[in-house]
Amino acid sequence: MTTIFGYPLPVVLGQLVLGFVNGSFYALLSLGLAVIFGLLRVVNFAHGAFYMLGGFAAHLLLIWFGINYWGALILSPLIVGALGVVVERALLRHLYKLDPLYGLLLTFGLAMMIEGFMQQQFGSSGITYPVPAALTGFYKLGFMVLPIYRAWVILASLTVCFLAWVLIEKTKLGATLRAATENASLTQAFGINVPVMVTLTYGAGVALAALAGVLAAPITQVSPHMGTSLVVVVFAVVVIGGMGSIFGSIISGLMLGFVEGLTKVVYPEASTTVIFVIMAIVLLIRPTGLFGRD
Amino acid sequence: MRLSSSRIVELLLLAFALCVPLLGIYPVFVMKLLCFGIFAAAFNLLLGFSGLLSFGHAAYFGIAAYITAWLRVKTGLPTELAILAGVATSAFAGLVIGTLAIRRQGIYFAMITLALAQCMYFFCLEASFTGGENGIQGVPRGSILGFIGLQSDVTMYFFVLIVAVAVYAGIKQIVHSPFGQVLRAIGENEPRAISLGYSVNRYKVLAFVLSSTLAGLGGSLKALVLGLATLSDVHQSTSGEVILMTLLGGTGTFLGPFVGAGVVVTLQEYLSDRVGAWVTVVIGAVFVACVLAFRAGIVGEIAKRYRRETATSSS
Repeated sequence: MTTIFGYPLPVVLGQLVLGFVNGSFYALLSLGLAVIFGLLRVVNFAHGAFYMLGGFAAHLLLIWFGINYWGALILSPLIVGALGVVVERALLRHLYKLDPLYGLLLTFGLAMMIEGFMQQQFGSSGITYPVPAALTGFYKLGFMVLPIYRAWVILASLTVCFLAWVLIEKTKLGATLRAATENASLTQAFGINVPVMVTLTYGAGVALAALAGVLAAPITQVSPHMGTSLVVVVFAVVVIGGMGSIFGSIISGLMLGFVEGLTKVVYPEASTTVIFVIMAIVLLIRPTGLFGRD
Repeated sequence: MRLSSSRIVELLLLAFALCVPLLGIYPVFVMKLLCFGIFAAAFNLLLGFSGLLSFGHAAYFGIAAYITAWLRVKTGLPTELAILAGVATSAFAGLVIGTLAIRRQGIYFAMITLALAQCMYFFCLEASFTGGENGIQGVPRGSILGFIGLQSDVTMYFFVLIVAVAVYAGIKQIVHSPFGQVLRAIGENEPRAISLGYSVNRYKVLAFVLSSTLAGLGGSLKALVLGLATLSDVHQSTSGEVILMTLLGGTGTFLGPFVGAGVVVTLQEYLSDRVGAWVTVVIGAVFVACVLAFRAGIVGEIAKRYRRETATSSS
């Protein structure tokens, strides 16, 4: 059997592919976090809670209204995004003149409220969400058996990340968004309604988290705390990538998924902490993050 | 000698604390409150007086609780030494994490401390000595100086009270010392402190280590009081709780963290019997309300009112 540094090749490749799946979740989540931070200067601690709400929305749409996975993929981000709009209008907008730390604290409290509420309503055990019929089955890749659903997750996340990147970097809307990020009051002076833009940006960032939640539902089960520790990992990803960079957050999300997968082969005990260790190393060498500018 | 009004409040509170065992208040409850008060006061040393928001203070609280508990259960080391070992571990963890985290400021500092504290959580989750999901239970309190047994809740209470008062006085001393003044200067305007020639990073690391050490002291005592060290001590929710306690009581005030700890611990004990899982929702709502409308905190708000009144009556 072929080996790499003494580890069987199929095992290494298998873990790399699974790492790729995790990495695409990190990419989706850190993308939303970076977009929100860019414009609002709010580190959205509730990102994990909105991710969880996305998964729950898919589950509830299915059992209450019989709406299937494909419907949930569209509806769930819309519902959660709308909730995000309400949160921004009702709570976050009062904090923009203050230290950004207050945004972090407020969204932390918000995450507690959301997660506590969901636990109260639905208990804390995981709920299985069925894999959609069209995506059941496996690809036989020779070195591993890849569930079609996981391949779909990679494809879907990468497509969404790419579209978001094109939207922000290549379109007129994106140019306005970047201008508002750079200098909000000047952009407003050009007749652009920045407050509405801020609200919609928060809604969109949160909707991305919800989309990740729907994609994750058939893999990880839906539970009130599915996002609690994930959000901390995504924070580390964002620190590694450099907070301001959209591109950086996508790339480092994918990269760290791979690294995590490799660690599972080489030293499984460290697979939960390896991202934090990398963060520490990056901080020592390049405090602004790999793709950061300031 | 004329006593200042804040000194009168301190003396009244101390007198009340001394009477607790006589008043029929459950001492374990007050001890728990004092342990979290020490924890919050340690956190406040960093946030309130140096302007650094650490989002991972549960790491120091929790690891000290584990080390003290483990040493008491497995080796029967004298109580003082077990506390000392726990506190020393926290100090070391604070040195390592603080050195890394101060490389960034503000929001990044918060995220880095959170991420590294998560590292500590996973370490405690996977290490064998922590007893996994069960934690370390039935920790014997032992005795102080070899002859003052701490089995009785009343003796233990006075021991914890003495430590809490010492921590309170110590923090006051630190803040009013030249070192503390430099810390405040850094918190108010870091570039100015740098241009005045202070090696800001060394001050910050030292403040971080002091804070994590005292947080560890709170954790070690908690392990002895409740006889228990668990994963929830190192969890991010505990890091959040200590922020809430400080914010609610009054950031940058001396009594605030203790008042905040009192409110939060009371709320948790009171609500968990009555509303179950809703307690998280309530605590989260208090958090949101504090950030939105009550940023000075209870003690900060009272101090502001009082100052305004004395200003108007003396003019």
